[in-house]
Amino acid sequence: MKVSNAYIGRPMERVEDLRMVRGRGNYVADVNRPGQLHAVILRSSAAHGNIRSLDAARALELPGVRHVLTAGDLGAVVPRIPLRLQPLPELEAFHQPMLADKKVRYVGEPVAVVVADTAAIAEDALEQIDLDIETVPAVTNREQAEAKPSVLFEDHGSNVAITWKAFRGNAEMAFKEADYVRREQFKIQRHAAMFMEPRGFVAEWNESAGKLTVWGAAKTAWYNRRVLAASLSLDEEAVDLIEVDVGGGFGSRGEFYPEDYLIPAAAKLVKRPVKWIEDRREHMMSANHARDIECDVEIAVNRDGRFIGLRGQIWADIGAYLRTNGSVGPRNVAQYMSGPYCFEHIDLKSSMLTTNKTPSGTYRGPGRFETDFIRERLIDIVARDLKIDRIELRRRNLVADCQMPYPLASITPYDSSTELDSGDYHAVFDLCMKEFGWAEKSKLSGKLIDGYYHGIAVGSFIEGGAAGPKEEARLVLETDGSLSVYLGSSAVGQGLETIMAQIAADATELPYEKITINHGSTSHVKDGYGAYHSRSTVMGGSAILLAAEKLKERIREAAAARFDCAPGEVTIDGEEVSHSGKRVQLANLSDAPLEVEAAFFNKKYTWAYGTQAAHVAVDPGTGHVKVIDYLSIEDVGRMINPLTLHGQAIGSIVQGLGGAFLEHLVYDDEGQLLTGSFADYLMPMASDFPNIRSITLELKPCPNNPLGAKGAGEGGLIPVGGIMANAVADALSHLNVQPTELPLSPPRIWQLIETAEAGRATA
Amino acid sequence: MQVEFELNGKLVDADVEARTTLADCIRNDLRQTGTHLGCEHGVCGACTVLVNDEAVRSCLMLAVQVQGDRVTTVEGLSGDELSPLQASFRKHHALQCGFCTPGFITTAHALLTNEPHADEDRVRDVLSGNLCRCTGYVPIVEAVLDARSHYARGGEKR
Repeated sequence: MKVSNAYIGRPMERVEDLRMVRGRGNYVADVNRPGQLHAVILRSSAAHGNIRSLDAARALELPGVRHVLTAGDLGAVVPRIPLRLQPLPELEAFHQPMLADKKVRYVGEPVAVVVADTAAIAEDALEQIDLDIETVPAVTNREQAEAKPSVLFEDHGSNVAITWKAFRGNAEMAFKEADYVRREQFKIQRHAAMFMEPRGFVAEWNESAGKLTVWGAAKTAWYNRRVLAASLSLDEEAVDLIEVDVGGGFGSRGEFYPEDYLIPAAAKLVKRPVKWIEDRREHMMSANHARDIECDVEIAVNRDGRFIGLRGQIWADIGAYLRTNGSVGPRNVAQYMSGPYCFEHIDLKSSMLTTNKTPSGTYRGPGRFETDFIRERLIDIVARDLKIDRIELRRRNLVADCQMPYPLASITPYDSSTELDSGDYHAVFDLCMKEFGWAEKSKLSGKLIDGYYHGIAVGSFIEGGAAGPKEEARLVLETDGSLSVYLGSSAVGQGLETIMAQIAADATELPYEKITINHGSTSHVKDGYGAYHSRSTVMGGSAILLAAEKLKERIREAAAARFDCAPGEVTIDGEEVSHSGKRVQLANLSDAPLEVEAAFFNKKYTWAYGTQAAHVAVDPGTGHVKVIDYLSIEDVGRMINPLTLHGQAIGSIVQGLGGAFLEHLVYDDEGQLLTGSFADYLMPMASDFPNIRSITLELKPCPNNPLGAKGAGEGGLIPVGGIMANAVADALSHLNVQPTELPLSPPRIWQLIETAEAGRATA
Repeated sequence: MQVEFELNGKLVDADVEARTTLADCIRNDLRQTGTHLGCEHGVCGACTVLVNDEAVRSCLMLAVQVQGDRVTTVEGLSGDELSPLQASFRKHHALQCGFCTPGFITTAHALLTNEPHADEDRVRDVLSGNLCRCTGYVPIVEAVLDARSHYARGGEKR
């Protein structure tokens, strides 16, 4: 008998690359339909105000303008976007309308849609629309949200939407009895996923068939179809969302935005295909923003350096509306603040504030990037205060292997209890110290060499993945012996076609080259969930494993009929089935395709984990920080493709460095976005961070899925902000500089140095 | 306005407005969609094409400016087989979502054609004009450095 396939674990070059490196990818802007028109969206230029009037008469006079869609076209009540995650009834007041009707609440909010023969004509027409907005004072930060010069939602009466509460043990008692308590305030700036391909849709309404097709779906096509069908009063079966190549997601792309409704609605109205591709400025003011939190938290520690408790208040600025997954970040900041460490007593509140800024949603490592900055900073501050080595302090408090599964804090008002599933946190921590060369590098701590102060830092993290409840896979053994796989998972650039083909090849023992992966479009399987919370490999991959078992049963049944024997007597050997000397190739087995469908159900998260260490050099003259070495070690349980996983780990770290040093969506007091181009919004470039290393381990397989894999790909970014701030603090330890705010921009670091030196001079 | 130029070895013409960018002309009028638009303000570099072998941002250039010129997009750098540079991108996993990739490949091709011995600093310096959100650049730089030998040998350049 031949050896079974072993594609899982091999660094397979990607199938996707063959088209993408030659310019043969098919992204949504590349989709064109016969007779298509082009849409451009009129967006509010005021942050907060009441719409007095909207007059599109002059725009409609322009040759080539076909229609200007306004709230009046959408029926008596403008549909609103429901919450995909944590859909609490008390949050309904904050759902975003598909078009602003009476009030605008952020700069960039859609007010009308111009449909014209070309995008250029539609853009010309925008300038001919008379929109009169009576402005009211804008709320742009926490102080204003609380002082209430105005409220965004008058019926609600307050700019606090809801408060999440994370709790465990008895924090009040723990803080009363603790040997040492330290309180600090921290701030993490607003930034965003900023994927490279602008969003877009091509929508086509087939009047006679009563059927709507939309190209440009991503991430969560099946959920979005439900929302779209309901808001257009169509049956779900009358709507197909088609996923083409997707130019990056990182949590933001593919959530249901107003445009997900507006473009199909326009196509249905004008009865012609309509195409819309956003531009970058538009993207920056319309796609989900993220992070933007501040907090006032306390840590309680025993004399021997044991962590006891965390408590405090977090404020998350969610912008003008609560978007589909807008609660995830603010909730995670509270629930996951303990990270990979033991804290028996937790009392953290996270209040979501509505402000006149672009609404926010998840961005890679939602809440985790923020909360790791807070926690890892607190730990280094504690180490300095208590004069305990920061390595020893972390080792003393990491959750031990024997404590697994280890529950995280409970959370209200929408329960999402979870526990760390498995891991040897200490082993990975120690390996990181060794690979990084901590003992040697620590000799540089605080040293001034050639005009730069050197600092090092370390931090540990946990990365949740594999959100349930299920994922579906449909396997079709075609009559030529090839295998077509249809999946509810979706591709956002992570190499899904390659990874799933590896899993399917091993599970079915069919040749990798004969497998085609189809994904992300609603026509593929009955119900799909898509790509979020690092779930595709675990959920979609496990569904393939289950479906493969079913397919083998179907093959045995078909062969049994052929061989006139019982299915159990059939032997499957790669592409051949046999029974007592009789053999048939799968390509000759059946006149009709053999088709099976299976769903993998799982409600337990996977928890990948790791430790990172870094070495930086700070220029005291400019405040610029050079990253001299950055090492990440993560245990993901089981790797499907080391090549793609390694790539995601490195890419994620560099995104984290962008959040730590560069990226900032800045608003003025009137709610105008000041960073509307790549010249203002700085992202990491090829010359910024050359020294990044990553090692992935398969130390502790996940006990909760048949692959043993843990969701991965977000992890790299999670502790970066905390580690960078700690490294800067270490470099400037002679000044006791303690960064409490991101980004660590040159002016901020320079100012911290100036202030510390001035303080020392006067002391 | 009529504009006529050579695109990937073929003479093409298009009837465009004076304000039409080269990128829009290539993508919309000539339906070569390998050239991508990531920002349309000249920062991200996804739209980089070669005009007379020089890397330029097709979003910042008007179509009528290439009258009589030789324009090469990512589609023109290979036939059915991947070019050595494209194969190197695949080997090093220098792309994830693939959206920025055409701009990196055209930029790197122009660099290595002129400077086949470019060192890592030079490669990073030149590529700093292109944004990639997925890879963190490490594998892109590795891919470009690894492809140098093909250009140094004066081998297959396009």
